[in-house]
Amino acid sequence: MSADFLYGIEVILNGLMAGVLYALVALGFVLIFKASGIFNYAQGVMALFAALTLVGIMEGQVPFAHMINAIFGTEIHHFGWHVPALLAIFLTLCVMVAFAWAVQKFVFRHLVGQEPIILFMATIGLAYFLEGMGDLMWGSDIKTLKVGLPQGGSRWIEDMTSGLGGDDFYGFFIDKLDMVATVVAAILVMSLIAFAQYSKQGRAMRAVADDHQAALSVGISLNFIWVLVWSLAGLVALVAGVMWGAKSGVQFSLSLIALKALPVLMLGGFTSIPGAIVGGLIIGVGEKLFEYTIGGMIGGATENWFAYVLALIFLVFRPQGLFGEKIIERV
Amino acid sequence: MFYREAGDFKTSYEADSQTFPIKFDRYRFWAVLAVAYLVIPFIINDYWANAILVPFLIYTIAAIGLNILTGYCGQVSLGTGGFMAVGAYAMYKLMTAFPDVSVVIHVFLAGGITAVVGAAFGLPSLRIKGFYLAVATLAAQFFLVWLFNKVEWFYNYSASGQINAPERFVGGIAVTGPNTDAWAKYMICLVFVTVCAIVARNLTRGTVGRKWMAIRDMDIAAEIIGVNPLQAKLSAFAVSSFFIGISGALFFSVYLGAVEVGEAFGIQKSFLVLFMVIIGGLGSIFGSFAGAGFLVLLPVALKVIGVDLLGWPTDIVAHLQLVIIGALIMFFLIKEPHGLAQFWRIAKEKLRLWPFPY
Repeated sequence: MSADFLYGIEVILNGLMAGVLYALVALGFVLIFKASGIFNYAQGVMALFAALTLVGIMEGQVPFAHMINAIFGTEIHHFGWHVPALLAIFLTLCVMVAFAWAVQKFVFRHLVGQEPIILFMATIGLAYFLEGMGDLMWGSDIKTLKVGLPQGGSRWIEDMTSGLGGDDFYGFFIDKLDMVATVVAAILVMSLIAFAQYSKQGRAMRAVADDHQAALSVGISLNFIWVLVWSLAGLVALVAGVMWGAKSGVQFSLSLIALKALPVLMLGGFTSIPGAIVGGLIIGVGEKLFEYTIGGMIGGATENWFAYVLALIFLVFRPQGLFGEKIIERV
Repeated sequence: MFYREAGDFKTSYEADSQTFPIKFDRYRFWAVLAVAYLVIPFIINDYWANAILVPFLIYTIAAIGLNILTGYCGQVSLGTGGFMAVGAYAMYKLMTAFPDVSVVIHVFLAGGITAVVGAAFGLPSLRIKGFYLAVATLAAQFFLVWLFNKVEWFYNYSASGQINAPERFVGGIAVTGPNTDAWAKYMICLVFVTVCAIVARNLTRGTVGRKWMAIRDMDIAAEIIGVNPLQAKLSAFAVSSFFIGISGALFFSVYLGAVEVGEAFGIQKSFLVLFMVIIGGLGSIFGSFAGAGFLVLLPVALKVIGVDLLGWPTDIVAHLQLVIIGALIMFFLIKEPHGLAQFWRIAKEKLRLWPFPY
């Protein structure tokens, strides 16, 4: 096997793992969109907020410390304790559930029955709100997230594969963190699917996704389901935030992964959980391969737009995405 | 009492179908124009021009453009920043390639170029609808910004990758470049805003506008009653991009003077203009003014209150600003999804009955 070919495979492998992370974010979108028809632009910022909260709790930061200091002239910043990772993750989850409840109670309850575009706008407002809130609460400096996830490339895989392609091939470079993320994402997806298929609340969730009025008429509380769905999206956001945060630090750019998840959604269809995963993999591999083969010729940094253009071209031929429900329009 | 149709007899079709059927509205319109043209240019200073009035006027043009596409034709677009960038770079290339031609012509040409680009990116709208289209327009946003970053021809191979507006004159008065007076900046933007608003208003209440609105309300039904969706959607994209291109050209040449594409025309700009349209009111030209004014004034007001009056650090005020803008957007959507323009409409309805409502 030639070294070029092997490097190609390495690119594909890394693309697949990046794709898993995209799919993780896209999953949060799909959950909310299916159950409430809300296209939640704030998903990326939720991931950022969850990661910030996790770091803040672990380090024992005082929320709003910066603001309190500015107003009252005090000098507080830390409580002086450190919370173990697991407990901190649990506490963060509680915060996300409370957030889900608040969002439902104060915003989207009042917007039931509005046009989808209005709901979409409201989530953009929510994204701004949450972004500012995260900065106010925990400060806007870049933080490192240490929850004990492995870092760096895997030496073992590198050593195992270094002999395959002759002298100028040094083995596959695969990030350990990406492998962990892949496993976690797979577990998360399987448990979500199992939850939706077999649990009582999961069934109610699917019923709401199918038809709001029919679900209401058999005694399902829409309000509860929506809070549940937003909490689940919060959980997915937390996982995505931990993975991305461990990879590149917890900072504002974390919220931009929402933009990366959009073409994944278009490709997979807004209403399909498997679609989000397959779409994520296609986009992940596609953009890495494109950058590897053609990107160098036309100036690089094609990752910014390739996914969108791919999704755009794809949609022209299949407007509902890969797995989306067929769009039937009547007058 | 003074705000009535009564007693104002229309004797021709033109008079009957004019924009302001109530006499008071007409007087008010001329009064606003008179203040804008005859009073403000003489009292304006640098701070008011650069912080409030010039960005307000330029964003108004962009908001009118996006309102035509999103408010009148129902096609949600998140590519506004990219199209503004097309206008700005077209302006730059035209200004440097043909220095002898008047900048006014250049601005219109830049708008025309943007219209062509916009129509090209509007082609998928025939197949893709709703959110799928909104995300698809992001392709335009990211691709165009990348293009202007990577292809050196667009910024004339300058080392910094920036584009700088050379000094140009209209009737002997500098309107672009570093030595421009505040009132000159203000005046040239004002003229363009006036022209754009009048053109947009008359387009949207004529045949073209009605076709757009039919497409917005239901495109299949519109097709059945004889509206050509290809023509209607592409014309909406072209006209909208024309206005957005003009605003991008002015934003670069008159307002900023030097532009780095990712910073000035990033995705944030697309969202900002979309917010203006939504807060102002979808499908309303007045709403474009109101939304642009609101979102230009809000950060300035917050900064004045937070930093200058209360003495808080700048970064906290900046974060607080995000929180407040986000909360306000949600509040507005809950209280009045039709935007500021709806308040205006309600006020006018009430005024017509005042002081004796039923």
